[in-house]
Amino acid sequence: MPRRDFLGLASVWAAAAASVLSLVGMLRLPRAAVLASPSKKFRVSLPESLPEGAPYIPPGRSVALFRDAKGVYAVSLVCTHLGCILKPAGDGFDCPCHGSRFAADGSVLKGPAPRPLPWFKVSGTGGNYVVDEDVMVSSGTKAAA
Amino acid sequence: MSTATPSRPALQRFLDNLKAVPQQFRASAIRGGMPRTDRTRSTFVFGNVFLHLHAVRTHRWSLRWSTTWGLGITAMAAFLITLVTGILLMFYYKPYPEVAYLSIKDIHFVVPTGRFMRNLHRWAANVMVVAVILHMARAFYTAAYRAPREFNWLIGMALLVTTLGLSFTGYLLPWDQLAFWAITIGANIAQSPREVTDALGITEYFDPGGLQKLILLGSDQVGEEALIRFYLLHVMILPLVLAALAAVHFWRIRKDGGLVKPADADRRLGPPPPDTYPVFTEAPARTYHLAAIVRGKTPAVGIGPEQTVPSMPHLLYAEAGVFMLTTFLCLALSLVSDAPLKELANPNVPENPAKAPWYFLGLQELVSFSAFMGGIGIPTIVLLGLGLIPYLDREEEGTGQWFGGPGGLPLVLASVIVGLGAAVGVEAIAIRFGWLREWFPNIPQLVITAINPGTVLTVIYGTYSTWLVKRYNSTRAGALGLFTCFLCGFILLTVIGTYFRGPNWNFYWSPADWPHH
Repeated sequence: MPRRDFLGLASVWAAAAASVLSLVGMLRLPRAAVLASPSKKFRVSLPESLPEGAPYIPPGRSVALFRDAKGVYAVSLVCTHLGCILKPAGDGFDCPCHGSRFAADGSVLKGPAPRPLPWFKVSGTGGNYVVDEDVMVSSGTKAAA
Repeated sequence: MSTATPSRPALQRFLDNLKAVPQQFRASAIRGGMPRTDRTRSTFVFGNVFLHLHAVRTHRWSLRWSTTWGLGITAMAAFLITLVTGILLMFYYKPYPEVAYLSIKDIHFVVPTGRFMRNLHRWAANVMVVAVILHMARAFYTAAYRAPREFNWLIGMALLVTTLGLSFTGYLLPWDQLAFWAITIGANIAQSPREVTDALGITEYFDPGGLQKLILLGSDQVGEEALIRFYLLHVMILPLVLAALAAVHFWRIRKDGGLVKPADADRRLGPPPPDTYPVFTEAPARTYHLAAIVRGKTPAVGIGPEQTVPSMPHLLYAEAGVFMLTTFLCLALSLVSDAPLKELANPNVPENPAKAPWYFLGLQELVSFSAFMGGIGIPTIVLLGLGLIPYLDREEEGTGQWFGGPGGLPLVLASVIVGLGAAVGVEAIAIRFGWLREWFPNIPQLVITAINPGTVLTVIYGTYSTWLVKRYNSTRAGALGLFTCFLCGFILLTVIGTYFRGPNWNFYWSPADWPHH
């Protein structure tokens, strides 16, 4: 290959590589490193009168807390289909957006939801608990009441 | 010798020049003068940066109403209306949660002409979506995508996607309940590849869905970051993309030889009516120069070269007419119907039913069976199929004719019945009897992702189209069937999503049957 061609091709490829790299660099910017969403950790006190198996939904949160003989647990109320907020209905939860239905333990009964509802980590004792929506635990994990 | 002394005093010349300013200004702006002769009509078009997207002369076939129904110009006119009204709305709109909602309320109730401008913006956007879809159908049914226009068909598809993107991003800006939940659903559709990666258990290592949602929203939920991103896309990025693509699209029409026309267009048209003015204003008195001679054995005086007439006035006036009709339509709709504004967005209580803009409700209907297939899988298949059509159909029969090609209109009508029938059948089964999960509660998610009403419908349409290719021994016949089926399926699903889905996305014959909450 003549030197002139080699130098020409080399500069074309160098320019292309530089463009691609700068594009990758630019695309890094919109991928947020810190999420602007409000804190996922919150305190909650369960009402004394909460019956076993009935959900308690803290105001402004999309989490249902339950208390039974084995302990306290928190189930997400964000539909695993397309992120709508579930409503308690009968013995489970209904999704208003596309008709998915979940049992109280989060398993899918009906509709397009692809996954069961995740359970969140609950810590604390007595009537006061801390729920961390960033930490999922396997279904069935309950904090001592 | 010194330079010649001016005959008149400088002050006199100054006054003369001052008097001549208007005339001189006009002459400097429009070089050719008024478009009254063939030459000045030509310079009028090619001497203007905007008009020179047109050829100087236009084929008479392109000017027939039934060639295009003016749909491309309608889409462009609607875009220009959204551009102007959008800029006006930006005077008052503030892209921050809650403040955004209040600013839209201000625009609606306080800003002079604000409500009207917002209505116009919204209606023009709707007209644009309809026009773009119809324009694509026109290009398809007249086989305008065939060589040499394959690439322009792809540009057109990019324009369709950009148009839908503009509508989708604009939907969030009012920050009301409708906006918030439609975009929440949309963003989670972007995340829906997780439906597959989760089922395979590889989301931890490979999560394209999560990345798409993160980049779209700038967070894990719709909030201030999402609003500013959608605003940026809506008022800056996508309009620029659309303008660039549109420029290429128009330019390519010229470079690809004008609008598509049948091979025998000249014979079909016959000579122009005797009162057509002007074909040529300057009779070639001295000699027949090249431009006055059309194809054929004898020079035909009075017929433009290759059946063309001057673009100014014929084409430009027609375009202006379509532009005015579009404006009139948008104005009328804006006077009759106000753009909706619901309550302030509440991230804890979904709108029920939460519906996207109408042209996405067909997709939402599919999404209600499988988020990934309905929202990403099938749209990708459709776009791939549309993009491949011009490269697979290399036939020549029927180019430039409505429903041209083997099978023709009867095939299209049969495909309408197949397309609607299959969609009604599959939907009826899903609505009446439920789907796989109701029948087999423990069925793996991947099976539902693979087999759901959307994919079943796609397979039916694909099989029918393959059969057509064999039956007529023609790719074009298969394409006609497939395009018609998908168009009918799209329309039917959109109608079901719009009119027959109520709270919890349950089926209702009428909104009057919806339960009260």
